[in-house]
Amino acid sequence: MPKRDLISIEDLSRAHVELLLDTAESFLPVLERDIKKVPTLRGRTIISLFWEPSTRTSSSFDLAAKRLSADTLGLKAKGSAVEKGETLKDTAITLSAYSPDIIVMRHPSAGACQTLSQNTEASVINAGDGTHQHPTQCLLDLFSLRQNLGRDLGGLRVFIIGDILHSRVARSDIMGFQMLGMEVTLVAPPTLMPRGIEEMGVKVEYDLANLKDADVIYLLRIQQERVEAGANYLPSLREYSELYGISQARLRPGQRVMHPGPINRGVEIASDIADDDENLIAHQVFSGLAVRMAILYRTIVGYSDGVASEEVL
Amino acid sequence: MSEPRPAHEVVVLTAEQMSRTTTRIAHEIVEKNPGVENLAVVGIHTRGVFLGARIHELLCEVAGIQFAAGNIDISFYRDDVAARGAVGVIPITPQPVVNDTDLPFTIDGATVVLVDDVLYTGRTIRAAVDALLDYGRPARVQLAVLVDRGHRELPIRPDYVGKNLPTALRERISVRLRECDGVDEVVLVRSKEA
Repeated sequence: MPKRDLISIEDLSRAHVELLLDTAESFLPVLERDIKKVPTLRGRTIISLFWEPSTRTSSSFDLAAKRLSADTLGLKAKGSAVEKGETLKDTAITLSAYSPDIIVMRHPSAGACQTLSQNTEASVINAGDGTHQHPTQCLLDLFSLRQNLGRDLGGLRVFIIGDILHSRVARSDIMGFQMLGMEVTLVAPPTLMPRGIEEMGVKVEYDLANLKDADVIYLLRIQQERVEAGANYLPSLREYSELYGISQARLRPGQRVMHPGPINRGVEIASDIADDDENLIAHQVFSGLAVRMAILYRTIVGYSDGVASEEVL
Repeated sequence: MSEPRPAHEVVVLTAEQMSRTTTRIAHEIVEKNPGVENLAVVGIHTRGVFLGARIHELLCEVAGIQFAAGNIDISFYRDDVAARGAVGVIPITPQPVVNDTDLPFTIDGATVVLVDDVLYTGRTIRAAVDALLDYGRPARVQLAVLVDRGHRELPIRPDYVGKNLPTALRERISVRLRECDGVDEVVLVRSKEA
């Protein structure tokens, strides 16, 4: 049997996604009780490699592994042999000597997780690779949507607004949202909209004229380096904010705002939105833990949800 | 008309016998715990939940007290989560769907009666006890099962047994309940090649 990796949201079928979300839901009561830990992955080893900065993803994966009683080891590029020029392949071979069950990795290059997977027997979970994919973010976004807007997300209209071109979150979310029957519209300045993205079955718009049609508004972070000299993506953050920034004044009642974080207050999102608990931004962070517990759990035990083997027990 | 019963199945408890058995278990629980009010019946997923609910109802009737009830899922406490093979990770058994654990009462100090359909190796009960202890410190934990088929692999002994049923390892006990199988019966299933 081949090992189970989670590198792209495309690695999962709709049934897999729904099983993962159900599993995450069953971890919620565990997180509410006094002993917030189950022995499920006792004795397992989970290594996390973060070659790019991360707060939410790395901390929630680490805590998720601990809540499942696994042993964890976290490495960051800074302070590791990567600074001395060690290649990803050699890092993979080195860490495989410890027989990890799962390696969670974030890396600046698209496709790095495949390279890692080819050089280790551990299951590889992609925690974000370049502009390629961020499948676990997509799953926690779906979880937040399902917990707040109901189990059936079919027909829900979501607008993803911002730097689509460089966003691995957008790429994973488009696929995941569509998998569960949502309608996706992308909004960005032409310079930040990937060419040919319509082929993914999304609507493409360059202004917020139709924003009222959205049930959910998913904002992406505008990275500072996109306006730096020579980048030529945006004239200024201020102009972006005027054309695409979301504040309470632009919303109609009932619309819910999401953002993968970290947010840029006053650029893509106004403070009145960021601080409004009606929106799902805080819930997305909350979802990260349960969803990542579910991902680690299913990576080890598998996705077959057959009849409980009562005869075996 | 239902289909004729396959030759390799033998009914060991009929619906009527099951009903008498659960009633007897409810009486035994009351006798064994005189004056205990802080008692809770906790069913183990899946069929233990339905049996637990039945026993709970009978128990409240017999004692005239509204006892607490709950259910517990042991998925995260199993000892066969997966085995690590030479290449990659190979699951030993299909993992069940994870159900909710619902214990809407204070575990601390309570007398908890765990309910399951079939007692076999004892590993489910070990897992259920471990799960329960993560929610609090019960005063005592007792075990009620509809069928004890033997072949224990852990030192676990039931307090209330519906029917002792010595079995061969290749045989299987199938407890069928109205709530999930449409019929009340306990059937011994012989392996077809036997």
